[in-house]
Amino acid sequence: MYAALWRLLPGPVWVRVLLVLVLLAAILYCLVTWVFPWVDTVVNNQEVTVGAP
Amino acid sequence: MTEPAKSEVPAQRGRRAQRGPKKRVRPRVSVFGVVGEVLMTGGVLVFLFLGWQLWWNDAVMAASQSRAAESISQGWLEEAKPDPAPAPAVEEGYGDPVVAAAPGDATPFAVLYVPRFGDTYKRTIAEGTGTNVLNSPDMGIGHYPGTQMPGEVGNFAIASHRSANGGGMHLINELQLGDAIYVQTADGYYTYRFRDFEYVPPSAVEAIAPVPHDPDGVPVDRLIALTTCNPLLSTAERIIAYGVFESWQPTGAGPPAELAALLPAA
Repeated sequence: MYAALWRLLPGPVWVRVLLVLVLLAAILYCLVTWVFPWVDTVVNNQEVTVGAP
Repeated sequence: MTEPAKSEVPAQRGRRAQRGPKKRVRPRVSVFGVVGEVLMTGGVLVFLFLGWQLWWNDAVMAASQSRAAESISQGWLEEAKPDPAPAPAVEEGYGDPVVAAAPGDATPFAVLYVPRFGDTYKRTIAEGTGTNVLNSPDMGIGHYPGTQMPGEVGNFAIASHRSANGGGMHLINELQLGDAIYVQTADGYYTYRFRDFEYVPPSAVEAIAPVPHDPDGVPVDRLIALTTCNPLLSTAERIIAYGVFESWQPTGAGPPAELAALLPAA
């Protein structure tokens, strides 16, 4: 899967490395901005009060 | 493109062919390989999420909640300024504390200072213990509806996260006997002193009764109860930190000396 992605990227190795870093940064940004806040509301909602069932 | 493809054919037939010095062999894409990569990616994502939840977002929320608490506190001080409250420095104290009425849900009404949690620690206390208060970037600490208000005879019970979402009570287990717990409201400053811990099951609603663990008791003491989850990163139990009311002073009299040293000069 990742090997295929690597082959899809154009240019010499240093261009590919740069592209991979840019892609990773973009993915991380999307995760932190939208995905993780949403996941946080769906799972693992820590209950901290007493008296709650 | 057809040339290299031809040269690969024998390479795929036998492993020995791969040992040729110049033959770069593209391994066949296997289902297991892809599944393995997907699983590893999932694992990385889970760890990234945990890191985000417990450190990155926690720190962002803590800073945001702290700023919000500071601005609400400054607001009260400025409100009190135009009316130079005739608060004489009384040696015996200022009598019985003013007890405000509980506000509506998710309405901030107090700021909590616990020097043991850090010199700059401050959090807004709002009414209600729902996620709209506890997970809010500008609140963070919730007051159990129906429990007493600051300074009132009975039990002023509040809740916050132990970790993540600003972790308002992350260091609760560090409290030591006699540690100050300050509550500032529009009316003034309420000083409580930490008394003891209790570890209870999540169902122990009697811990926040006016007389803890005695639902029919008639309250005499003015208590504060900080509640959060225990142990760290688990919700199996609740930890309760009780404080006993010590003194009260109106906003016009300024903050208690120990707290004043920690606050930015007004």
